[in-house]
Amino acid sequence: MKHRIAVTVNGKEREAEVEPRLLLVHFLRDNLGLTGTHIGCDTSQCGACTIHLDGKAVKSCTLFAVQAQGHELKTIEGLAAPDGELHPIQQAFWDEHGLQCGYCTPGFIMAAAYLLDQNPSPSEDDIKKGLEGNLCRCTGYVNIIKAVQTASRTMSGAAQAQPAASGA
Amino acid sequence: MIPAAFEYARAGSVQEAASLLQKHGEDAKVLAGGHSLIPLMRLRLAQPSALIDINGLKELDYIHVEGGRLRLGALTRHVTIQHSAEVRQNLPLLADIASEVGDNQVRNMGTIGGVFAHADSAGDYPTLALMLDAEVVTDRRRIPAREFFQDLFTTPLEADELVCEVSFPVAPGSHRYIKFRRRLFDWAIVGAGAQQVDGGWRVGLTNCGPTPVRCTAVERALSEGASVADAAERAADGLSPSGDLRASPEYKKHLATVLVRRAVEQAQTG
Repeated sequence: MKHRIAVTVNGKEREAEVEPRLLLVHFLRDNLGLTGTHIGCDTSQCGACTIHLDGKAVKSCTLFAVQAQGHELKTIEGLAAPDGELHPIQQAFWDEHGLQCGYCTPGFIMAAAYLLDQNPSPSEDDIKKGLEGNLCRCTGYVNIIKAVQTASRTMSGAAQAQPAASGA
Repeated sequence: MIPAAFEYARAGSVQEAASLLQKHGEDAKVLAGGHSLIPLMRLRLAQPSALIDINGLKELDYIHVEGGRLRLGALTRHVTIQHSAEVRQNLPLLADIASEVGDNQVRNMGTIGGVFAHADSAGDYPTLALMLDAEVVTDRRRIPAREFFQDLFTTPLEADELVCEVSFPVAPGSHRYIKFRRRLFDWAIVGAGAQQVDGGWRVGLTNCGPTPVRCTAVERALSEGASVADAAERAADGLSPSGDLRASPEYKKHLATVLVRRAVEQAQTG
């Protein structure tokens, strides 16, 4: 039996009828066409499918779409500004060349976004621990760590540059 | 891979979860964090006929301290346990263990109740539960940890019984859990825990048999004044771990003695 779900994906309300066994990652990719979320393994290890569920990083291959009912999802497509300006983490991965083939990159960026949300100024060890759920098989970890450090600096600089109104 | 088809129902209460489990029969499974179950379903090693989703049961997501017990609702996620001030204060070893389960993404979903119901011999919380005589509270009874882990993936839970809570005695003393593994997010090849309680030691092992293991010989030797190194040699007493891809039985027994020694030593030095 199919179930009707209503979810918010990257700020947009989406509704669908889904089979219970449909994995969230397949819902995003096949039903919504959001193919930026990748599938890299069959064992919940690689993290390529990382998205945010109510602001928390999760592996979308290890949830069923029916579980997303009523929740808010963010995928890599929801990170850049509407005018196409890259999110500081995306820009930092670009600038530091935090990728080789790029397959794992959306997952790393979503995991890094969660990490920096929890801890805006992580140490190198914090970054390694924070990204332990993501695998890069091109062995590009050094530049990935650099990219997160760069993003952390850009984002804390941007936060300081903002007028104090929001913090008052 | 795509899991086999199943029926899906959301439970609105503990009672409804139990009646849905009854209705769907013994091939129905409870869906909590899903981070052991869904990977098994994807490999079709598990093919439940129905999943009863309990993620909406907010009444099972709590951490209470009262009467010398630390009580955690079954739906409490690892990330919550890891960062909980109550857990840090009353049973810091549990917070340490939570922070080493899987990775951030796994800890954001996985639940303590799920770990107990699944009863994987490589689960870390069960070792602490056995060491401390914790209790598993279901919708109909309380089960001591020493009776709960019967065999690999085997517990006394009835098909329609729901784990509601895990209750630990408060134990703020010296402690250490060492999880030996090749990659950060892996299960333990062998895990060893040491916790000081009332001046004595509780010692346990993870993934050294079909269930968690309490090292009573080590505990006794320590209480009789043996050196930590001598006491730790007893960690392999009566141990018959099965070999797996990562380690032979002999290697696991060796690791047990080494890791128990390190766990007690590091607990002593803080």
